[in-house]
Amino acid sequence: MSEHLIRLTAAELGARIAAGDVSSVEATRAHLDRIAAVDGAVHAFLHVEGERAIETAADLDRRRAAGEAFGPLAGVPIAIKDVLVTKGMPSTSGSRILEGWIPPYDATPVQRVRDAGLVPLGKTNMDEFAMGSSTEHSAYGPTHNPWDLERIPGGSGGGSAAAVAAFEAPIALGSDTGGSIRQPAHVTGTVGVKPTYGGVSRYGSIALASSLDQVGPVSRTVLDSALLHDIIGGYDPLDSTSIPEPWPSMAEAVRRADVSGLRIGVVKQLDSEGFQAGVRSRFHEALELLERNGAEIVEVSAPHFEYAVAAYYLIMPAEASSNLAKFDSVRFGLRVTPDGGGTVEQVMAATREAGFGPEVKRRIILGTYALSAGYYDAYYGSAQKVRTLVQRDFDAAFTTVDVLATPTAPTTAFKLGEKLDDPLAMYLNDVATIPANLAGVPGISLPVGLAPEDGLPVGIQFLAPAREDARLYNVGGALEQLLLAEWGGPLLDRAPDLSRHELFATEEGAL
Amino acid sequence: MARAELMDFDAALERFEPVIGLEVHVELNTKTKMFSAAPNPANAEFHIADPNTLITPVCLGLPGSLPVVNGQAVRYSISLGLALGCEIAPSSRFARKNYFYPDLAKNYQISQYDEPIAFDGSVEVELENGRSFTVPIERAHMEEDAGKLTHVGGSTGRIQGAEYSLVDYNRAGVPLVEIVTRPIIGAEADAPALARAYVATIRDIVRSLGISEARMERGNLRCDANVSLRPRGQEKLGTRTETKNVNSMRSVERAVRYEIQRQAAILAKGGAIIQETRHWHEDTGTTSAGRPKSDADDYRYFPEPDLLPVVPTRELIEELRASLPEPPAARRRRLKDEWGFTDLEFKDVVNGGLLAEVTETIAAGASPAAARKWWTGELTRVANAEGRDAAELATPAQVAELAALIESGVLTDRLARQVLEGVAVGEGSPQQIVDARGLAVVSDDGALISAIDDALASQPDVLAKIRDGKVQAAGAVIGAVMKAMHGKADAARVRELVLERAQS
Repeated sequence: MSEHLIRLTAAELGARIAAGDVSSVEATRAHLDRIAAVDGAVHAFLHVEGERAIETAADLDRRRAAGEAFGPLAGVPIAIKDVLVTKGMPSTSGSRILEGWIPPYDATPVQRVRDAGLVPLGKTNMDEFAMGSSTEHSAYGPTHNPWDLERIPGGSGGGSAAAVAAFEAPIALGSDTGGSIRQPAHVTGTVGVKPTYGGVSRYGSIALASSLDQVGPVSRTVLDSALLHDIIGGYDPLDSTSIPEPWPSMAEAVRRADVSGLRIGVVKQLDSEGFQAGVRSRFHEALELLERNGAEIVEVSAPHFEYAVAAYYLIMPAEASSNLAKFDSVRFGLRVTPDGGGTVEQVMAATREAGFGPEVKRRIILGTYALSAGYYDAYYGSAQKVRTLVQRDFDAAFTTVDVLATPTAPTTAFKLGEKLDDPLAMYLNDVATIPANLAGVPGISLPVGLAPEDGLPVGIQFLAPAREDARLYNVGGALEQLLLAEWGGPLLDRAPDLSRHELFATEEGAL
Repeated sequence: MARAELMDFDAALERFEPVIGLEVHVELNTKTKMFSAAPNPANAEFHIADPNTLITPVCLGLPGSLPVVNGQAVRYSISLGLALGCEIAPSSRFARKNYFYPDLAKNYQISQYDEPIAFDGSVEVELENGRSFTVPIERAHMEEDAGKLTHVGGSTGRIQGAEYSLVDYNRAGVPLVEIVTRPIIGAEADAPALARAYVATIRDIVRSLGISEARMERGNLRCDANVSLRPRGQEKLGTRTETKNVNSMRSVERAVRYEIQRQAAILAKGGAIIQETRHWHEDTGTTSAGRPKSDADDYRYFPEPDLLPVVPTRELIEELRASLPEPPAARRRRLKDEWGFTDLEFKDVVNGGLLAEVTETIAAGASPAAARKWWTGELTRVANAEGRDAAELATPAQVAELAALIESGVLTDRLARQVLEGVAVGEGSPQQIVDARGLAVVSDDGALISAIDDALASQPDVLAKIRDGKVQAAGAVIGAVMKAMHGKADAARVRELVLERAQS
């Protein structure tokens, strides 16, 4: 029974719960059991709600029995990336500096998820303050890829992606500053969407880079992401950069799933020798499949994309250096007092020295430098100009095509530790995902198969003009259907069975 | 700390030309803060609150919190910009000013940097001596206030040497407009008075707009005074100091004067002025060095990515322009006529910086003569004696209430002065003080008559004189009665009654 429940998609589970076939308590219990069984090996979670999740589910069941009406995902468990603040639940953003802090408020996407009747299972692991592509920069140890526990689950949102891939949760919330939703989806054979900038409120998302961050859905199917997107999306007066205009239903776009006449542009600069052979072959097979089903594939050029990573690694750290200044021990979080006491400056310095990991310090230093008087124009200023050029590349491309397509990342999941000492190699993982953040446009990654050479998942990325997120769900939903038909079942059915790792599980499940 | 050497003011002026620049911070009295829904302690309604009660996650800079611009604060800022004769930027931006300080919740202040909302204005300022100046305004920009630190332990009350410090974030995020002048050249010996008159003018303007409580003693209006000297005949401006913590009109004038004298003494000896922040000490009337401030101070300003540019519509700007109150100078001419004051009487009010107080007191029901009399008289006398501003001692409403009590015969002028004493130390409203201190005039004839009869009985010779028609002899009896009544009687009424009783 419980093995069956965890294999259902969020949409299916929601429908069963709505029909009264399954209670939310049963669904939640099944996932908590799964977490207890496999998370000792996967380490997707930093915090598991346990019995509190059961109580939430029971309350939902009672309210439903009393006749209260709910949306399609009511009663469905959900995992929440630790970057989002959750009232009464630890929220560390993967950092020691926030260890033990219990926020007094919910992030807007969390509030909306709760209002829609979903049941938070806990908080998922991530690179510290979302800085990384592997979760290896988490202060609490890395998450392991359910396809191969020796490999990275992507990052920064590796915890949410792995939780969904390992059937510990049917869906999850993520955040994407340079690819933190899409690249983990790529390496774990799952679906992830970075909405249009301003499409989902950032209120309560612990900021990495304010002008790049976007909260989005993580799931095993395109429809599940769409259903979650419909819940968390839309205007929030608490976020000034939130878009006030109403949005079409993303779920309807998935159900439309029609690519006939759709013009898909392949970005020449992101279809190169630098990409792993199996990644490119699966990518092109997917495009051919779409073409056979009525889509038109054209090559487009985005000449400034090659500068995107460089610009990103100035803008992101610049904003981060300022955003992370608030972690000073004065009002919340870790406080380290030097031996024999000290001035407030010394306490701040000791706290930040002890509380931040090396990657965070690296980026704070980088960003502080980039914003310094005398260097601002050369670094931050130039990076903003590149940003404008990247936006223009998108604008130009979208005059001729409806969506763009790229491989989501250059390689399949690499080994844990492989790039830990080579920050530049790590940064280049996001070469295909970063342009969307710089331009504020939406992107989706969905699985297109396994790379022949290593048997690991490969994802395709579609990008659409700002506010045209629905196009991604349409093309993503269509491709997913075609692939399922070809494969005869979900790709994740081919992932290894993790239940043998029960041996490693503790009673509480996580940490 | 060694007392700085000062040069005689006139001697200093002979050798050096003073150049001043003023930065005035105005706390807006919006209901909520600049970037959050927390109540604004600069609004009179929320002025009194326990520490850290007027806060939201935004004021504390909690992780994940985001600012949202208060539209009313923007409208107030535009109105102020217009009243200062400024251009209003069709698009202005917020920026982050980054520095670590425990009263700054996010360790950056959201301010405006290269794109302020208002710029290029000027203000007419009239001095006591009749001269008037046009003070050029460089810019007026919006920003948020910081919290308040209280340093405990140590002798100075400053952070150095304190055992620990307490932080109150109630003030964090209070909307501010910072008004920055261009260097003011040519005021010469009037520079200190001009500084004071300029701040008074800003206060009059924000009060007339109704956008700030504008009480300096509460920090609603704060002035930083930049002063530099240059030798006569030199083109290049001298090195400036910025004096902070100048919390009254009077101090603005004194601080500028002090800095002129201090800098002159250093320069005359061939020394150099250090570009630094200096603190004004109200008690000693001196400034002391704060932290060195150089143009290299690196706040790493960059555009605030959490906020969109402020883009007011032309319609909004024109609507706000159309609803601007009368400019203070024109208004002054009109009020003088309306109130029927002589030139001298009106000057007394204006030079005392009391125009707003008198206006509001009259609006609260007092006669112009009574309002003028109390503000320029007793209140100014006490304020001068205590080194404070008259406006700190009483509110216009309290003075109007006092005048009404005199008008209705409850108080004599003498009693009223005692009531004011109570008001100044915060004992309550005039009526409450009258009740609490039992200061009302005894208007009960019965009590007066019995005191008069006693006095007449004990002074039969005086009674005889009065009966003989020597009315002036009544003075002795009146004095005795007033004494018996502890001064709480209307002397004119006592006189009437004495004459009446003497004949009976």
